Amino acid sequence: MTMRFDRVSVTKGTREILSEITLSLNEHRVGVIGHNGSGKSTFLRLFNGLEKPSSGTVRFGETEDDLRHHVGFMFQNPDNQVVYPMVEEDLAFGLKSRKLPKAEVAARIERVLSELSLTHLKDRLTHQLSGGEKQMVALAGVLVTEPELICFDEPTTLLDLRNKMQFMSALSTLPQPAVVVSHDLDLLAGFDRILHIADGRIHADGKPEDVIPAYKALCEDLDEC
Amino acid sequence: MLTDLYIPGDSLLHRARPAWKLGVLFLYCTSVFVISHPLMLAAGLALVALGYGIAGLGPRDAFTAIRPALVVLLIIFVAQLWLETLSLAAYVTLRLMALLMAAALVTYTTRASEFTEGILALLSRAPKWVPKDKIALAMSLVWRFIPMIRAQFDEVREAQRARGLERNMLALVVPLVVRTLKTADEVAEAITARSLD
Amino acid sequence: MTTRDITLIALFTALTAVMAVFPPVTLPLLPVPITAQSLGVMLAGGVLGAKRGGLSILLLLVLVAIGLPLLSGGRGGLSVFFGPTAGFLLGWLLAAIAIGWMTEKFWDGLSFVSATLICVIGGIGVMYAVGIPGISLAAGVPFSKAFMGSVTFIPGDIVKALIAAAVMVTVKKSYPIIGQAA
Repeated sequence: MTMRFDRVSVTKGTREILSEITLSLNEHRVGVIGHNGSGKSTFLRLFNGLEKPSSGTVRFGETEDDLRHHVGFMFQNPDNQVVYPMVEEDLAFGLKSRKLPKAEVAARIERVLSELSLTHLKDRLTHQLSGGEKQMVALAGVLVTEPELICFDEPTTLLDLRNKMQFMSALSTLPQPAVVVSHDLDLLAGFDRILHIADGRIHADGKPEDVIPAYKALCEDLDEC
Repeated sequence: MLTDLYIPGDSLLHRARPAWKLGVLFLYCTSVFVISHPLMLAAGLALVALGYGIAGLGPRDAFTAIRPALVVLLIIFVAQLWLETLSLAAYVTLRLMALLMAAALVTYTTRASEFTEGILALLSRAPKWVPKDKIALAMSLVWRFIPMIRAQFDEVREAQRARGLERNMLALVVPLVVRTLKTADEVAEAITARSLD
Repeated sequence: MTTRDITLIALFTALTAVMAVFPPVTLPLLPVPITAQSLGVMLAGGVLGAKRGGLSILLLLVLVAIGLPLLSGGRGGLSVFFGPTAGFLLGWLLAAIAIGWMTEKFWDGLSFVSATLICVIGGIGVMYAVGIPGISLAAGVPFSKAFMGSVTFIPGDIVKALIAAAVMVTVKKSYPIIGQAA
């Protein structure tokens, strides 16, 4: 399914955060880069309807209004995303408003936990999980809703190397397409398409081997990365 | 700090429905207060002792219930003694102790989760205008937030200790409140992202 | 009530519960240590406003009632609502609402001085107006005697009102919550 942005602008007060973005995405893995304050987080939040465009339209396939039904969103800090005291309860939370039968909820939780090799965490208290475990539980919480596309906002920033490796391997096996905002250029190196956002516009758009070196060079010139 | 005050057991009182226990407790407290007679108080104290016996709890548990109020009880006793008579002082103090012990008996024999389930069951039968999902969400969130804020508090205290400010309440509270408010925004957004309304 | 309101309510319930473990501060010449928990009550009202602040304290009281030891000194359970100082717990609820209401009323010109006054009126005035008759009723002592027994706590409460006011003014500048839709 294709994500389409049609002349999308976002303004906050008098400040224009994103201006007139038009593009369509249907690659399996899309990376988004840009320095802090470039508007890349706002851009990502448009995907799931967390941010509404001030003008223009964001469409996933044919839908425009209920993006949240189709697009999952992973936040940077899993501490703030895992909201229930028990792992199982937390995973059930995203399904609550979908009015699924109890057996279906239990089956989905079971399946996602085993896919991510997290079954042993099912009955744990969420505040006792390590940072890496919390991140994986947060991912499981998104996966149980069976999104057709998943957005990741700087997923590896708070992880140590080992957890980052685990996360990257989980990401590589996800069947869904994913859009990842990250400063971690290694993570994005194998992606299908990279968007470089600067000052609220798409500054560059292409294969990682073209966009990333140009981005690095730009950063060295500006001494800003 | 997340464990409740429940004392495990399998007595009649442990198995009784929380709503019944609450009903009896209110009846008990009202009677002991309204029927102001030494005989009533004696019967009340005997009833509490019987209750502790049935629940398999001892005098030590009963004392734990009174201990936090001990200083206040002592002050009240002395005040009564000074204003009135010894017998009245004893009566008023014993009556308060009976109430404290009776209330604690319900707490000792009922898990917090039983009460929570009871509240949720009540909510499920509540009229439409009661925002039951929101109430249930708020209760769950508190369970999640207490250890989180506790950890943040320890971090802030560490940081302020390094600056020699650990006994300065303002230096502890301001960073904690600001962090709490930031957390609120992020958590609310994460909840919104996963729910459909 | 938005999801954010629910989150704020739950966070301040948790914050007030955590304040039970703040190290108590002792002031010279004062017989009773200052515990931080009623500071949480002032903040719930002064930061969240009447409705959300009141609900936050109500939620705390419900959780205490069902047996969680969330009050200072690890107190909790139904007995705290039947003890002589039970009136103060009802006082917490009304104080949070009163402080919240006044803060909303005087929000535009809120300064350290007015915030302190608000906390003193709500956190001491309202709190004691409910708490002291409670003691007097439960203990069968005259109001004036119950009052005399409670005044030792007032200096500590004034310190808390000053701290709460400082936090309220800081939050108004850096992270205002009141003034947005509740």
